[in-house]
Amino acid sequence: MRRHGFARNALIETLHTAQSSFGYLDDVAIRFVARSLHVPLSQAYGVVTFYHHFSLKPAGKHTCTVCIGTACYIKGADKLVAEAQKYLKIKPGQTTPDGNISLMTARCVGACGRAPVSLEDGELVGLMEPAQLLKKLEGWAAND
Amino acid sequence: MTSEELLQIAEASTAEHEQFDFQLNVCMGTGCMSQHSDKVKAALTEEVAKSGKHCHVRQTGCMGLCAAGPLVLVEPTETRYGNVHEADAKELVDSLGGKPLERLETHLDKYFQGQQHIVLENSGHIDPEKIDEYIGRDGYQALMTALTQMDPQTVIEQISKSGLRGRGGGGYPTGLKWGMVAKAGKGQKYVICNGDEGDPGAFMDRSVLESDPQRVIEGMAVAAYAVGASKGYVYVRAEYPLAISRLTASLREARRRGFLGSNICGTTFAFDIEIRLGAGAFVCGEETALIASIEGLRGQPRPRPPYPAVSGLWGCPTLINNVETFANIAPILRNGPQWYSSIGTERSKGTKVFALTGKIANTGLVEIPMGMTLREIIFEIGGGIPNGHTFKAVQTGGPSGGCLPEEHLDLSVSYDALISAGSMMGSGGMIVMDDTSCMVNVARFFMEFCMTESCGKCVPCRAGTAQMFDLLTKICDGEATHADLDLLIDLCDVVKNTSLCGLGMTAPNPVLSTLRYFKHEYLEHIDNKYCRAGVCACAGKAPAKEEVTA
Repeated sequence: MRRHGFARNALIETLHTAQSSFGYLDDVAIRFVARSLHVPLSQAYGVVTFYHHFSLKPAGKHTCTVCIGTACYIKGADKLVAEAQKYLKIKPGQTTPDGNISLMTARCVGACGRAPVSLEDGELVGLMEPAQLLKKLEGWAAND
Repeated sequence: MTSEELLQIAEASTAEHEQFDFQLNVCMGTGCMSQHSDKVKAALTEEVAKSGKHCHVRQTGCMGLCAAGPLVLVEPTETRYGNVHEADAKELVDSLGGKPLERLETHLDKYFQGQQHIVLENSGHIDPEKIDEYIGRDGYQALMTALTQMDPQTVIEQISKSGLRGRGGGGYPTGLKWGMVAKAGKGQKYVICNGDEGDPGAFMDRSVLESDPQRVIEGMAVAAYAVGASKGYVYVRAEYPLAISRLTASLREARRRGFLGSNICGTTFAFDIEIRLGAGAFVCGEETALIASIEGLRGQPRPRPPYPAVSGLWGCPTLINNVETFANIAPILRNGPQWYSSIGTERSKGTKVFALTGKIANTGLVEIPMGMTLREIIFEIGGGIPNGHTFKAVQTGGPSGGCLPEEHLDLSVSYDALISAGSMMGSGGMIVMDDTSCMVNVARFFMEFCMTESCGKCVPCRAGTAQMFDLLTKICDGEATHADLDLLIDLCDVVKNTSLCGLGMTAPNPVLSTLRYFKHEYLEHIDNKYCRAGVCACAGKAPAKEEVTA
């Protein structure tokens, strides 16, 4: 916050920083940011819920993000999502009950040349196959 | 910084590279990084040290051909290697000075020959994090000339004469936009670079920001001088961490060299740039929504006019241009507007970068002169459709654009030609589909995208896209009737004409263009409950009557 001089317009930047530090934004964090920047809580909450990037729930130990941008979709990203859903028994945006794996979807990470892509704990993997994805998820589940 | 000093830096940078016999440029763009090009670079560095050859390994930006990554370019022989892995490092280093390694060569001369690089001229040739390498390739000369030899009016005239049009998709003449902001009073003004590349399937801006960020900074500084702004913002998507870190480093370098800050190039001109991060909202690519987002609000558009050129960021006159537009500025000033306007067609000048993706052999980034036909791009540069499938459609303009079928492949790429065919230039995503894609399903996919990305401010967009999505799902599932199709067409019309911003106005485009060229597929879903691509749920429900072999 200090880097941006406690400016009100740096709300989104500040929330980014908070999310990357804590992994998600809980009530306490949003309240704190809103009070420090002198922004109404309603505005801060509105911004958090408006943008897809911010999450109000803690993420799992591992995160699997499947890109469902157009290029990845044409190349079968829907099959990847379906496979992961079937295996983890959760929907995109949810975390397994044991808090181990979160399944997310993204709107294009800009690596369309390698479509379909997915982010495995932040590491970009291109030319993904359903079987390969399943293996990764199984590996994570086994290590728990 | 004076022009002599600039020349000195350029000469020093060139000399530094000429002392080596070979340069090994390793692509460190997002595409190649996902294939561990960082490890390839480390392995090459190690092998070079072992072999004792006078050779320099460096990271560079994207070379375009993401399909064959990780890529290595050997200078000065200009040999391109693709699919290079750590294990190949020794062989590659040993081959230097002798015959090129046949096994790893890309053999894709056609891919590179058809292109003309202006925006991407430095991509793959310089280290994006080193400002001196950019200066070594004529960087910042344009800013120097503009500041010391031209008045703002002349700069705007030059840009107008070049015929450059906004590369974000709308195609508004850049010179005209600059002129409007310049005329809008004397107070505080802003320059914003729109790097919120929301269009899924497009990654030109990411690549430019990763490979040659100084070029964008220079373009913005020139723009700020021309319109009289003192503060700039670059709005980048949070999904592009590499672009953000490279841009942050480049801004620091530019400040260090005195191209940002006060007294730039020894003149009284002062300008600085800040980065603002997006947070995953497609609508923020719309200029008024983007301004709201920079102000720290929800990214909701507002009605225009007043246009941002009159009342933008915090009510001040604001110039918003796309990354690629700013990247075109320096070469135009350096080589003159006549040079630029000699490229391209009558009404669309210069080159355009496209992200060629989907069912195509050579996926990657291409920069082509305007006026090239779609067929040339897809079948000559792109190498055609792989795995024996046949071409079905090409989608341009992202969720706001349209799908063009085979018979429009000879269309030349220009703003007006694409709009008349029911699509649009867009920011430059070009997604090729083959016979395994169902057009109704594709339309449904885009509608789902627009539905979730609608900001919810105006009713036609918020409710209309949801209704259209339901109708398309019904058609896909084979449960629709002809009345549903008529309703869908009516809805398209309503949403198109009554929405507030570009997102809503263009949301029906994918449906309209697929209906225009692929109506038979819609009818098959409704009448025969048959999906010829075999992707929809209806395919299994009822057997097709007569077109099983289609």
